[in-house]
This record gives sequence, C-alpha cells and structure tokens, in this order.
Amino acid sequence: MNKNILGVDVPESISGLGNLKAFNGKRFSGTAHEMPNIKNPDQRMSKIVDNLESAIHLSGLKDGMTISFHHHFRNGDYIVNLVLEAVAKLGIKNLTVASSSLTDIHRPMIDHIKNGVVYRIETSGLRGELANQISHGLMEVPIVFRSHGGRAYSIASGELKIDVAFLGVPSTDLFGNANGFSREGDNSSACGSLGYAMVDAKYADKVVLLSNNIVPYPNTPCAIPQTDVDYIVEIDAIGDPKGIMSGATRYSTNPKELMIAKAAADVMEASGYFEDGFSFQTGTGGSSLAVTRFLKEKMIRKGIKANFALGGITSQIVKLHEEGFIRKLLDVQSFDQDAVDSTLKNEFHHIVDAHFYAGPGVEGAAVDQLDMVVLSALEIDVNFNVNVLTGSDGVIRGAVGGHPDTSAGAKLAIIVAPLVRGRIPSILDRVNTICTPGMTVDVLVTEQGIAVNPARPDLIERLNAAGIKTETIEALKAKAEKIVGHPNPIEYGDKIVGVVTFRDGSVIDVIRQVSR
Amino acid sequence: MFVPGNNPGLMADAHIYGPDALMFDLEDSVKLSEKDSARFLVYQALKTIDYGDIEKVVRVNPLNTPYGKADIEAMVFAGADIIRLPKSETAQDVIEVDEWITECEKKAGLEPGSVGMMAAIESGLGILNVLSIAQASPRLIGIAIGAEDFVTDLKTTRSPGGSELFTARSMLVFAARAAGIAVLDTVFADVNDDEGFRREVETIKQLGFDGKSVINPRQIAPVVEIFTPTAKEIEHAERVVEAIKEAEEKGLGVISLNGKMIDKPVVDRAQRVLKMAMAAGVI
Repeated sequence: MNKNILGVDVPESISGLGNLKAFNGKRFSGTAHEMPNIKNPDQRMSKIVDNLESAIHLSGLKDGMTISFHHHFRNGDYIVNLVLEAVAKLGIKNLTVASSSLTDIHRPMIDHIKNGVVYRIETSGLRGELANQISHGLMEVPIVFRSHGGRAYSIASGELKIDVAFLGVPSTDLFGNANGFSREGDNSSACGSLGYAMVDAKYADKVVLLSNNIVPYPNTPCAIPQTDVDYIVEIDAIGDPKGIMSGATRYSTNPKELMIAKAAADVMEASGYFEDGFSFQTGTGGSSLAVTRFLKEKMIRKGIKANFALGGITSQIVKLHEEGFIRKLLDVQSFDQDAVDSTLKNEFHHIVDAHFYAGPGVEGAAVDQLDMVVLSALEIDVNFNVNVLTGSDGVIRGAVGGHPDTSAGAKLAIIVAPLVRGRIPSILDRVNTICTPGMTVDVLVTEQGIAVNPARPDLIERLNAAGIKTETIEALKAKAEKIVGHPNPIEYGDKIVGVVTFRDGSVIDVIRQVSR
Repeated sequence: MFVPGNNPGLMADAHIYGPDALMFDLEDSVKLSEKDSARFLVYQALKTIDYGDIEKVVRVNPLNTPYGKADIEAMVFAGADIIRLPKSETAQDVIEVDEWITECEKKAGLEPGSVGMMAAIESGLGILNVLSIAQASPRLIGIAIGAEDFVTDLKTTRSPGGSELFTARSMLVFAARAAGIAVLDTVFADVNDDEGFRREVETIKQLGFDGKSVINPRQIAPVVEIFTPTAKEIEHAERVVEAIKEAEEKGLGVISLNGKMIDKPVVDRAQRVLKMAMAAGVI
C-alpha cells in the first residue's frame, strides 16, 4: 500500500487491473520546457526551443538514424541544407535522409555524403549535380526511389521508420498547429498543401517544425495538428518564394504541345469515362496541363461536370472549380499562388495527405477513385513501360512522383509525349529505367499518332468508333526512328546506384552507374 | 508555311500542323556561311520525311549568286514540287530559272515540266512587270508579294492598314487572273497579334487572293477558317447550281433564283465557293 500526495491509500496492484501508480502532484515530464508544478499561472507552455541545435539534441538524434523532409518548397527549399549543416556541425554521422523528393538546390548534400554525414537516401526524385554525381557512383548504398503513395505507405506501415522529421512550415503557433500558408502575418513563403509533410508528422518518432512565421494560438484549422509536434524552431527563412512557386501556372502556347493536348482530350472524350460526375488528374506542365483547356470546351458541349480533380493543383484547375465545372478539389501539392489562395477561400478545396492521396494498401486511396489521368514521360517502350527518372544518357534527372500511383489507380491512364525530342526518340524497345509498369498504362498520345495498349481492346474499339485513328506503338516507334534513327544503348557499369520500388516497396527496376 | 532551311527540328515535323504547302527557305533566313549546309539539310529532309499531300516548295537563292544554280539542281533531285524565285523583276528572271530547271530535270531523269515555279514580287519594277512575269513560263503556278522588301523599295514602311500595299496587291491579283495562276499574300510577322492577323486575312481575301503565307503553325487555323465558305454561302451556292440544272432541264434560257436573274458571274462565283468548300473538306 502507498499513500499518494493527497493522503489516499493506493494499492500497489489490483487483480484484473495490474500495477497502479500513485498521484504525485508533479507534471509529466518530457516536454521542451520543464514545468515542475501541475498548474503554472505564470508560464505559458510552448514547444519553441532556442535554436536548431537544441531541437536536434532534444530529439535524441544519433548516428545511423533516419531523418525526413518534405519537398513542398520545391527548388526554393532551405530546410534540408540548413538541417544537414547543423547536424554535420554536431558531428552526427551515417544518417539516412528520407525526403519526399530532392532538387537542384540540394547540391550541398554532395559534401555531406563525402564527409559521411549522409549514408543513405530515400526519395522520389533527384536532380542537378547531386543526381549527376550519384549516377556516376558517388554513394556506396543505392538510392531507394519511392512513389508518393509508396513512401506514405512505407512510413505508415513502419517499413520506413523515421526517427526525426524536420518539417518546414509557412505558419505555426507555439504548440505546433501548422499550415502551408498563413492566415496572418507573412504569407510570402506559402506552399499551400502540406500533403507529404502530414504523413511524416503523424508517424515520425520526433517531429521538429521549422518556421519563419509564429502566429498566435490556435493556428486552426490546420494541416499538421499540435499533437503530432514535439519541437519548434524559429528561423529567418524557410525558402525562396520564387523557387517555391510561381504566380500562376500558364497554359502552353507551344503549337505541338497544344496539338498533343487536344488529341489527349479527344481520347478522354471518346473513352467512355467522360460522363457527368467523372474525375481526373493532370500533370502540371506542357501538354498535360493544356488538356484541361480542351476538356473544358467538351464539358460545356456535353453539359457535364466533374466530381473531383486530384493532384498537383494549379490555377487552371482552381478556375474550373470556381466556375462550377469541378465540384471538389483534393490537393496533395499546390503548384501556384492561385492554388494556395484557393485552399484558403474555397470550402471544397481540401488538403489531403500522401497516404489518403495514393497509398496502395487495402484501405484504398484517392487515386483508386480516379477515372482518368494524363501524365508525361521521358521515355516509353513498346511494352508501355514508362521512364520518368533517368534521361536518355542514363543520368538521373527526374522524379517518380505520383506516376505509378495514378497510373495504377485510374481507369484510364494516358501518357502524352512528343514523338521525338530534338534527335532523341521518345519510344524505345526498352526504357532506361522502368518507373511505371506498362500493365498500368493504357494510351500513348503523340502529335503524330495514338497507340493503345493491346490489353485494352475495349478502348481501341471505342476510340475507333469515335473516328480516332489508333496504331501500334511499334508503328509509332518506327515513325520516330525514320526521322532520328535508332539510338545506341547507354553503357552502364555493374554497380547499382538506385533501386526503383513500386508502390508496395517491391523492386521494379534498378539503376546502374553510368559508364562515362 | 515558311520553314527556315537551317532548322532541322522545325523541318522534321512542320507537316503535322496541316499547312497546304511548306516553303523551305534557302534565301533570306539562311546566313551566307550556312548556305551550303542548309541546301544539304533541305535536300535530306525532302528525301527522308514523308510530307504526305503537302506541297513542297523551296525558295532558292537568286541565279546571280554563287548558290542559286546549286540550290535549284539539288532541289529538283530532292523531289521538290515547286521552286520559288526570290525577287523577280522581269519576265527574263523567270525564263532563266525555267531553262535551268529544264536542264536539271533532264539530269535527274524527270518528266520535263514536272517541277513548278513560283515568283515573288518585291519591288516597284516587279509590280509594273507583273503581267509579263505571270505569263513568262508554263511552269509558273503562282505569284506572291514579299512585303518587307517591297515597302523598302518604295521607301516607306508597313502600316496596319496596309495602304502602301494596296495597289501592289491589286495588281498582283489582276495579273494572276489574267495569267490563270494562283496569288498568295505576304507574311504577317507578329504571331501574337491574332486580331491584326485576322483583319489582314479578311482584307486580302476580299481583294481576291487565293491564300496567305504564314510563319507559325498558330496562323494556319485562322486562314483556313476565313477562307472556308460559311454554311450560308455553301447553301446559296448549291441552290444556284440547282437552279442552273433545273433551267437546263426545262430548256430555259434565263436562270432565276428567288425571282432574281442569275447570270454568268453569279454562276462562276457559286462554282468557286463549292470548289473551296470541297478543298476545305466541309462538303
């Protein structure tokens, strides 16, 4: 028998309940600021720590652990470089960096790799000099490439265990309720959706938010709830607004891209999925985005509306939503300022996390409800396998992104690509790297012809019935080669520098070191 | 549509935009140091790329340059449909090229007369000689005006209203009709000025031109749209043709439609409308 601090006799244990702890009048410890008493009228609780180094100490980060980042700040991100620099200074080594993606701005990681700070990388994509050096064998352990859905699933299932997540956020209150924009104060570094970061926040052991904009409590409604957050560090800048996003994404004026876009829209219209209440997703550049413009004309003509659009949300999609053509928007990544503003003012523009968006598990994801998706490709082969990761020279220069997720989930997956780019054909016997397997790809649309996967005779029939001529992908490949010839295969060494995983973590392809 | 002869990227897929003719340029858009490589490039393009039904026109350098004769010979061998002369001022300019083409056709083993010609007028003298130019050779299938050089020759500039081109354009049309050949208008340089472009196309259509040279695929659709007869025009033309048939069957001398007399000009216009409509694929 124990007496608790109020004089009550508390048995040490009770059969059926187990051991009991006696009330001791002290506060549960483990927060950033220790508070000895259970009531503290003079001190407001806060998770804000003095600096990044403190946060790293308190998080318990040690050699060999896994840290994570999001890529909502795209090529304007300051967070990864800032954190790695601090971690390096503290002498921590052999970390696994699990970022949702990496871009040109993360070039300083090359030195951290050489100095042993970074041992392993997991990401959706790599670009610039970092990618180039990795392609040429910089790292001992291969990069693990995951799709957006695949990454979310691996985190949620525990396969990818994150020890500390370092998440840059455009606004947070002192308890960690965070958003990808700011309802007050400085909104210049807004990124809109925090879809990738939300998964990390939910599952990482420790979560550190970095922000240049601490707002009054409560910063609700919020994307990341305070209950996911451990520490907050106030910094001068989370990113370069110019690199984070553009003002508004514009439709292409390139006549070839418009031709491809119009052909893709014609395919969508004739596919049998173009009915009232349909759903779609498009990529955010060139032909994929321009499809939206032609789709709108067809929606007006047929008098139908879309139930939802998913993505990758741009000002063009937002406009359609505001004009009443798309009932709801599900946003895992906002691409421009108009999209950000829309998340703030439009009731049915929802932010969703990467798991909700594309997780491949039994519980299903938004991509599984998609009717049609339009995606681009660097290369596609005669089996309809798609490469969005390595260039025609074998060097890594892209990202897997949501490509395999949306292709698999959508009823109709359309790839848009020019027949040739300069003197390089887009259609090959075998792509340099398989990111999306051909069994999930339905149609290829180029400016010189359309090819349908033979596994979809239903589509071939419907397109032909609508007067859309289709040909075999081999015939398109022959057209391309007649102009630019047959390319020599890239020479690779034996060393594996990248492992490309499918949505469930299984290996779909490997990337080997480039010979040159 | 104009395509510079030194740009393989553009030449490889210019046909996908559906122009009626492609004009590969070896002349003003190609600098002196590239004249030979451009000739080689266009030759290879014509022999490699399948341009389908699109007419293949090549604008060559003048005969009085080191490049002209070699250009023409190469293009005849390459299978060009039409050789376009730059800057024709007299009938003799046309005749000289005609004679050289004949020799090249012989060398290439082609049927004599299989390669056509087009002449471009770019000076006051050329306009004043336009009728004799238009009638100078059976190879000549059309004439055009090159406005930039033309207004420079006149010592003036191009204006949106185009008053400085009015007389030249009209005379070009007169000569073309007298000679029974086609007449094409000059290019419109500002590809972003959709309004201005459409106005110019409407104007030249009204003047009697058969078509327009364009420099960007975006300009193709407006030209097709403006030159394609409207449903109303087609309907009217069909009724005129009906009325003629009826009158012939009944052995009537005078043809009437809706109480109005139809005479030969009306009939000719109706038949031209139907020909245009068929060429545009709308009937």
